Amino acid sequence: MVGNYGYAGVWVLVGIGFVLFTFFFARLIRPQRPNPNKLKNYECGEFPFSDSQLQFNVRYYIFALIFVIFDVEVVFLFPWAVVFKSLGLFAFVEMLIFIAILLFGLAYAWKKGALKWV
Amino acid sequence: MDILSLSLIVAKVVVIFAGLMLMVAYMTLFERRIVAFIQGRKGPNRVGPQGLLQPLADALKLLSKEDVTPAGANKIIFNLAPVITFVPALLTIAVVPVADNLILFGREISMVISDINIGILFILAIASLGVYGIILGGWSSNSKYPLLGSLRSSAQMVSYEVALGLALVGLLMVSGSFSLSEIVHQQSSILEWNIIKQPLGFVLFAICALAESNRIPFDLPEAEAELVGGYNTEFSGIKFAMFFMAEYANIIASSAVITTLYFGGWQGPILPPIVWFLIKVVFFLFGFVWVRATLPRFRYDQLMRFGWLVLLPLALLNILITGIVLVL
Amino acid sequence: MHLILFIIFAVFCIAGAILVIVLRSPVASAISLIFVMCAIAGLFALVGALFVAALQVIVYAGAVMVLFLFVIMLLNIKEELITTDEKRLTRYLGSALGLAFVLEIAYFVRRGLAFGSSSLYLPVPKEFASIELISTGIFTKYLLAFEMTSILLLVAIVGAIMLARGKGRRDT
Repeated sequence: MVGNYGYAGVWVLVGIGFVLFTFFFARLIRPQRPNPNKLKNYECGEFPFSDSQLQFNVRYYIFALIFVIFDVEVVFLFPWAVVFKSLGLFAFVEMLIFIAILLFGLAYAWKKGALKWV
Repeated sequence: MDILSLSLIVAKVVVIFAGLMLMVAYMTLFERRIVAFIQGRKGPNRVGPQGLLQPLADALKLLSKEDVTPAGANKIIFNLAPVITFVPALLTIAVVPVADNLILFGREISMVISDINIGILFILAIASLGVYGIILGGWSSNSKYPLLGSLRSSAQMVSYEVALGLALVGLLMVSGSFSLSEIVHQQSSILEWNIIKQPLGFVLFAICALAESNRIPFDLPEAEAELVGGYNTEFSGIKFAMFFMAEYANIIASSAVITTLYFGGWQGPILPPIVWFLIKVVFFLFGFVWVRATLPRFRYDQLMRFGWLVLLPLALLNILITGIVLVL
Repeated sequence: MHLILFIIFAVFCIAGAILVIVLRSPVASAISLIFVMCAIAGLFALVGALFVAALQVIVYAGAVMVLFLFVIMLLNIKEELITTDEKRLTRYLGSALGLAFVLEIAYFVRRGLAFGSSSLYLPVPKEFASIELISTGIFTKYLLAFEMTSILLLVAIVGAIMLARGKGRRDT
């Protein structure tokens, strides 16, 4: 039981080990000569101006929220799909109702223009 | 657990890891040569015969480049971001069976790092973590272009993640299992491949996998024309290489997963399973490159509309059709 | 082996949770919270609830935390602007409540030990939280709750859109 997850753990450790080794190796052979001009943020050759952690549009937030909601829906679909064959017609209809209600939400979001980017 | 089985496991991990890294390295050359061929150029052909040593030269170059951390960057997160991107990209491969069980020293060895019975959920869980490397990479740079790129990228990745999950639901209904090994075993002949049972599901999954890997035509996060280089603009040297390798590891992982889920995995006649697996994977890798060389980039509003109003309803339709066919 | 893994995950959990509170940068706190979520998933996996573990990562670590990060970036909170509350009363009250909570948990763990077996680590039934059990449960016993969930999610969508769009519908 633990075994197979243990192997995945070994795999991750090998991956992290590889990353650390390359970082360390690169540190040994690369030059390190920073100067203020080099460390400046890249803004196509201009001097960086104003705050770089700009505030962004609220649309990103709406998309993230709709995503969370649909992610929960998908998560409900997984156990249903896997035992679908043994659950039969009744569960299928139930799931259709579930999806239909959420599709209504998607249609509402569309109509309100929340899914429009421009 | 005795020494022999322990060393066999370690050997398996090391061999598959080395194979994956080799594929990542040569994927870069493969892509550049194919794109060059399609565009009527030669591509890199100077380092070694046919440019075969090019990946080595690239690796050495990137290793010996100065590593610049921009002023005002959040140092810890800036260093962490490439690792957070790279490790999940590797993890997907761990659950993909690359060949049939092998009998060695009188023991049966499964040719998969971690043969877990919730394989598909594991892949989705890892895919959902993949977004953090990009958000954090862009945010920690303390620079405008990377931040914009990472925001776009994360909104895009989460949007397509929903459709990715829904596309797999149809497959789950047909196969009735989360285990990748079992799904491979179900597809023993070409007529039983899941592509036959789930054509729409496959197309949706392939599109979403492409979008999750942030490549053309979904490469908005690094749209050169407007965002310089997107979320990895400020990264240099080995950290940039990590992002780059993560992208290629992701493509390889996507191809491997598509092969396993829809095209019978390592199943195939005459040739040994591992060869069949590699042939199929390389076929899809070629597909990825072909798409890159052929298609233009989406506009961002088109991209979001396509994800939410085309892919999502189509995925639900796929579930409906699959359900009706299975119930009847 | 189980115990060692349990301790590793538990330590990750608690250390991550402490970091969430202690770290000054909101984004760093959010990252620690992601680690906490993953460690909790590990704990679920240890008792064999693999499906729940996967959900923990997909929904909490992969979706809810993305939303958190977006909100943090949207509000654009600066580290310098976050000041600790200097009022003594709130501090003492907070510490007292926290201590009371820890004692409460300790008491119930102790009582559980007195009742049950001598070990904290109780064997878990083999079919615990299996996917089959979950889905048959959803579609028989908890059917109404399941359908209500979809209405709850619908309300969440509508609410989010109304809140985010506001009255003026300023389109930019």
